[in-house]
Amino acid sequence: MARPVETKAFTLEEMGYSLFLALLAVVCVILAGKAWEPQLAFHAAVGAVFAAIGIFLIIKGYNDRSAQPAQMIDGKANYNYGPIKFAAIASVFWGVAGFLVGVYIASELAWPALNLDLPFINFGRLRPLHTSAVIFAFGGNVLLATSFYVVQRTSQARMPGIVTPWFIVLGYNAFIVIAGTGYLLGVTQSKEYAEPEWYADLWLTIVWVIYLLAFLGTLWKRKEPHIYVANWFYLAFIVTVAMLHLGNNMSVPVSIYSIKSVQVFSGVQDAMVQWWYGHNAVGFFLTAAFLGIMYYFVPKRADRPVYSYRLSIIHFWALIFLYIWAGPHHLHYTALPEWASTLGMTFSIMLWMPSWGGMINGLMTLSGAWDKLRTDPVLRMLVVSVAFYGMSTFEGPLMSIKAVNGLSHYTDWTVGHVHSGALGWVGFVSFGALYCLFPWLWNKKSVYSLKLVSWHFWTATIGIVFYICAMWVSGIMQGLMWRAYDKLGFLEYSFIETVAAMHPYYAIRALGGALFLLGSLIMVYNLYMTVAHGEDAEGATAGAPALAPAE
Amino acid sequence: MNTYTSLAEFAQTWGLVYFFVIFAGVLVYALWPSNKRPFDEASRVPLRED
Repeated sequence: MARPVETKAFTLEEMGYSLFLALLAVVCVILAGKAWEPQLAFHAAVGAVFAAIGIFLIIKGYNDRSAQPAQMIDGKANYNYGPIKFAAIASVFWGVAGFLVGVYIASELAWPALNLDLPFINFGRLRPLHTSAVIFAFGGNVLLATSFYVVQRTSQARMPGIVTPWFIVLGYNAFIVIAGTGYLLGVTQSKEYAEPEWYADLWLTIVWVIYLLAFLGTLWKRKEPHIYVANWFYLAFIVTVAMLHLGNNMSVPVSIYSIKSVQVFSGVQDAMVQWWYGHNAVGFFLTAAFLGIMYYFVPKRADRPVYSYRLSIIHFWALIFLYIWAGPHHLHYTALPEWASTLGMTFSIMLWMPSWGGMINGLMTLSGAWDKLRTDPVLRMLVVSVAFYGMSTFEGPLMSIKAVNGLSHYTDWTVGHVHSGALGWVGFVSFGALYCLFPWLWNKKSVYSLKLVSWHFWTATIGIVFYICAMWVSGIMQGLMWRAYDKLGFLEYSFIETVAAMHPYYAIRALGGALFLLGSLIMVYNLYMTVAHGEDAEGATAGAPALAPAE
Repeated sequence: MNTYTSLAEFAQTWGLVYFFVIFAGVLVYALWPSNKRPFDEASRVPLRED
């Protein structure tokens, strides 16, 4: 006799998302028809197509699935890896695209003729494309992939929902497409790192709230009583980014048929809100979240528990309490009241302590396993990323001191500082995580070639050194030239003379960026070969673990 | 006293006390001797074969 078969039904979740996307498609079609600007018509059309694809995918997913996905298989949690795989591949794709745009605009600065007099590829439009592609598209997808992986594994629970994890990953990448094409077409609200206009911001808000709920839902289902510290960092990242995004994007569209919106704040208040956002995008997106990666992937790769769990708790609370106040250091010597800029400086300097505490915790995790640095280039990458973290979080507070800032601000020193953090810390910790994640997700023994990882490591490291050294020299030179007076009190150099003086350093910077890009291409080949031709891990069954039919 | 001054004064006094107390609480929680064992246990969460 057959046991009662679990009947398959279109779940409430699938129905809800389908209805929502159908409604969205209708709204998009109306917007496309009545839009004031061709850019909005284009984005609304893209939105309608994406919504239609979404509904198609939900129905296709329903047809393909047998019943509810199993929560457990053979006593082990049945982790949901599909969306993670997508985010991991997307991060690699966007990473290479973002690095390429970076090299191109670096070259434009050295050889301006490269903009070919086309509006779409001038520096002003490509620069936000580069920053958003590397921070939000590359970094964001790395964070989606690793946070979903880490929270499921350390909770020993499957993520809730059938459509939800896919909605988050695909919805986030849809936002990236809207934002990126918008920059090329000249859609921007002119807020650094928050350039997308109101409709893209609204969409991201929806995706982000669902991301938060899915993350909390996984923690809610956990079998492991303790919430591992990496999840604390991820959670702080998700919650704070939601708050920052809402705070900095308070704007009123001039019409729902227009791309243009007007900020609620104005003047110095707007500047302060912008840099409260901007610095905490560094603090919570590029630092706290990637520290979550450090706290999971470094111990995992070194096969040793984190050096001090107590220190990690103090690190976490000190970091999140201090970071949120550091923003005003972006506005020294402006209309901002002096007490506010002093406050930003003071909190930035205090940040030395949690930053270095965290760095020591990451590095000392290797105590007793230092020999692995010689044999494992992936671990080397992760450890060097932590060293870069220490270096750039030493440099940052230094530059926030008003006297130093008077020399460094608006110069290439800032650009060099940001890139030692972005390429050295965020880039390397992400590469290290991806080299771990790809074999784990596709059930392979190891990455295809450790030798190529080593090549990637050295190419990229030399690239970073070229980059940051060129920017230190160029930035300090630029700062000193700007403030040089002759004995009669006139400025010694005209602005264009300072620009001409920077040319050789701009060329070196472009070379450094090109090496970093080359390294990432080595990674693409290596990861492709891992998935396509890597040796299967022991105990891996052919294909996905098959569910026994309920008969 | 206008709103700005009273708010600033509140933030500079009670805000400081509030943060200090919370941070002291975190230190006590993290360093409490009997918490050492559960923390050592927790640090092994990623290494456990799951």
